[in-house]
Amino acid sequence: MKLFKMRGGVHPEARKADSSERPIRILPLPPLLHVPLQQHIGAPAKPVVRVGEKVLAGQLLGVGQGHVTAPVHAPTSGYVVAIGDHPAPHPSGLSAATVTIAPDGEGRWFEYEVPADPFVLAPDDISARAGAAGIVGLGGAAFPSSVKLDASRQSGVDTLVINGGECEPYLTCDDRIMRERAAGIVTGIRLIQHAVGAGHAIVGIEDNKPEALAAMRAAAVATGVQIRAVPAMYPMGWEKQMIHALLGREVPAEGRSADIGVLVHNVATAWAVQQAICLARPLVSRIVTVSGGAVIAPCNLEVPIGTPVQALFDACGGFRTTPARLVLGGPMMGQQIVRTSVPVVKGTSGVLALTQAEIGRAAPAPCIRCSTCVRACPVGLLPLEIAARVRSDDLAGAVALGLKDCIGCGSCSYVCPSGIPLVHFFNYAKGDLAAQARSKAKQETTRKLAAERSARMERIVREREEAAAARKAAKAAKEAAARAAATTEAAA
Amino acid sequence: MTTIAHSPHARAANSVSRIMATVMLALVPVTLFGFWLNGWPAVYLWTVSLAAALAGEAAALKFQRRAVKPALLDGSGVLTAWLLALSLPPWAPWWIAVVGALFAVVIAKQVFGGLGQNVFNPAMAARVMLLISFPLEMTTWVPPMSQPGLLDSLAVTFGGMQVDAVSSASLLGHVKTEFSRGLGLEQALAGHYAPLDALWGRRSGSLGETSALLILAGGVFLLARRIITWHAPVAMLAGVTLPALLMNLVAPEHYADPVYHLLSGGVMLAAFFIVTDPVTSPNTAAGQLLFGLGCGLLTYVIRTWGAYPEGVAFAVMLMNAATPLIDRYIKPRIYGRTRQGEPLMTRHAKKDAA
Repeated sequence: MKLFKMRGGVHPEARKADSSERPIRILPLPPLLHVPLQQHIGAPAKPVVRVGEKVLAGQLLGVGQGHVTAPVHAPTSGYVVAIGDHPAPHPSGLSAATVTIAPDGEGRWFEYEVPADPFVLAPDDISARAGAAGIVGLGGAAFPSSVKLDASRQSGVDTLVINGGECEPYLTCDDRIMRERAAGIVTGIRLIQHAVGAGHAIVGIEDNKPEALAAMRAAAVATGVQIRAVPAMYPMGWEKQMIHALLGREVPAEGRSADIGVLVHNVATAWAVQQAICLARPLVSRIVTVSGGAVIAPCNLEVPIGTPVQALFDACGGFRTTPARLVLGGPMMGQQIVRTSVPVVKGTSGVLALTQAEIGRAAPAPCIRCSTCVRACPVGLLPLEIAARVRSDDLAGAVALGLKDCIGCGSCSYVCPSGIPLVHFFNYAKGDLAAQARSKAKQETTRKLAAERSARMERIVREREEAAAARKAAKAAKEAAARAAATTEAAA
Repeated sequence: MTTIAHSPHARAANSVSRIMATVMLALVPVTLFGFWLNGWPAVYLWTVSLAAALAGEAAALKFQRRAVKPALLDGSGVLTAWLLALSLPPWAPWWIAVVGALFAVVIAKQVFGGLGQNVFNPAMAARVMLLISFPLEMTTWVPPMSQPGLLDSLAVTFGGMQVDAVSSASLLGHVKTEFSRGLGLEQALAGHYAPLDALWGRRSGSLGETSALLILAGGVFLLARRIITWHAPVAMLAGVTLPALLMNLVAPEHYADPVYHLLSGGVMLAAFFIVTDPVTSPNTAAGQLLFGLGCGLLTYVIRTWGAYPEGVAFAVMLMNAATPLIDRYIKPRIYGRTRQGEPLMTRHAKKDAA
């Protein structure tokens, strides 16, 4: 079948074989689980348990608030020992609201009602159940899945694209889940298809994962789900790149894939949907790749949400050398963390302990305008020109060159021979833009309130004056009448 | 205090100094050939050029209170001086190389802000300055294989020894002179032009411009190592070939064939080593095509109808000046947008519009 040619992209060293050949292992329960209340894009969940309360696996810990949100559930049975702040898996190292659970080791599940035949459920019931199960995009973005499902069903999509690209180096969690749990993934895909009424479902898998392709093809026989190999290239897992490779369609700028009739979900999300709908199991664990040159035995682990990162490294034999950098996610877009006490969350696809040799040189040299970044950019931007604008504080110029279209994939920074942290500049500028937009909105509000107040004050003054004038007029009229009466009397 | 690094946490094995070193490696064969063809004076000239560039760049950096070592180690100054030396008459006196190299790295590069900031290709700017200021020294050539001994060579480069006795003309200069005497192309070329010699390089000319074949080999090496792309070189060669072909078809007795133009002067060196200079050429593939084509066309125009026999350096500088303009108007289409920058229409919007 035809594949569409893509622009840009890079071929970083894959380093996938380090972890891809060992089966997924279940990580034993750590002594404490720290479950953050916000693990998704959108509003944080509100806790519904109290300290000391006993909870069962899958029991609700926090409910979603607002429209774009997701609930969180207890990863295992045990006691709530704290509700408070715990270091969040974020580069800042700041703390976030977290429910801490001491597992009791029984692992008893909270019993939800299991549907006899999930395919007779109404489409909106499926997305409601996925939302109630706390499912978010497991590719890394952690966007609440039910919001995407509802929007796609309402606007109508013809094709469901399942992203098995896994283009980030080192990461093999999607590879392993496709090899080992293909049947469940295909069921999940068909459920999502049912939920949004998409006529076609296509799974795109990079051609560097032949075993995953074979397993998925075998599982998809006679289901109507198509399995397609796409070239291994970063950022193939960018959903718009995947859509373009498979369908040749292009999502309009400032738009979403639903605008061109496509919904994209990750393979692990499809697995989570199958678990949530068929077995009524909320999202309380995920597959995490533990890898990097500093790790003794890299592998994939199925990890309860809330497990401290240190426990993952320990399960992989610990460190060979002191890691130069710890990263959550893949090396291209992942975030550095400074301590291993932070918990694994729903969006954690990998934890990496990298050596200095893997990170590469840091000190930047001047830009020689070689335009390697232009050739690498999958969006068609001119990274060197945008960076020059950002460096001279010309945000408007950077925006005019397409700053807001940057997806932050890091391809430009990766290939830059001068080692210029281009994507860092872009994210800095985007942050500045957001701050400007916020302060502008604040100023607008202030201005509006001030204008309203002065209008109100004017009105009050005017009313007072009018009232005074009316009183005066009345008084004058009264006096005039009295005088007139006196004159009449005198005349009479 | 741990510093937090932004992603990506990996980098391609690539660096500025590595790029410069690869280009220099590609220049080695043609340079050695130039040494062999022109003897020790060529070696001295090349050495003086590099030394002057390094000293001049170091002084300029020190004067600006900028770090000297990293800037010298990136190799860009050496490469500039190397390319300049290759474009000089091999027996030119030492001070030509010194003045040229200093002009290239100090005036054409550091004054503009150093590496990556210069508008004009430093080697070409220096060559043009030298040609205009010292026309005699810049157009005095020697016949190939005139190889004086070590000491005589010192006298040639440093002693101001008169080389008139052995002076010769480059092909382009010779033809231009003959034209001015009213001779036709055939008479002008007779006994002076053998395409095969021009191809492998045994002829009079600049230090590193005589062997088209070795320059091409260096260019192919750079293409294979992905240091350069094919766009600017191919466009430049096409820019020379197309008008030459056309004019040669129209009036073969007066306009030389494309092979003559491709193999003469600095066209080959410029196509693979000068118009591929990233700093002074456009960012996009389409821009580089336009840039190369302009360099080729202008070279042909200056050679054919201009006052100078060779036009490569002028053509390159003119197109360098046009590069910001080219970059302003030729940009890649952004994903999800039209060429004008408007968002693409969705199917719903298309339906509504219909």
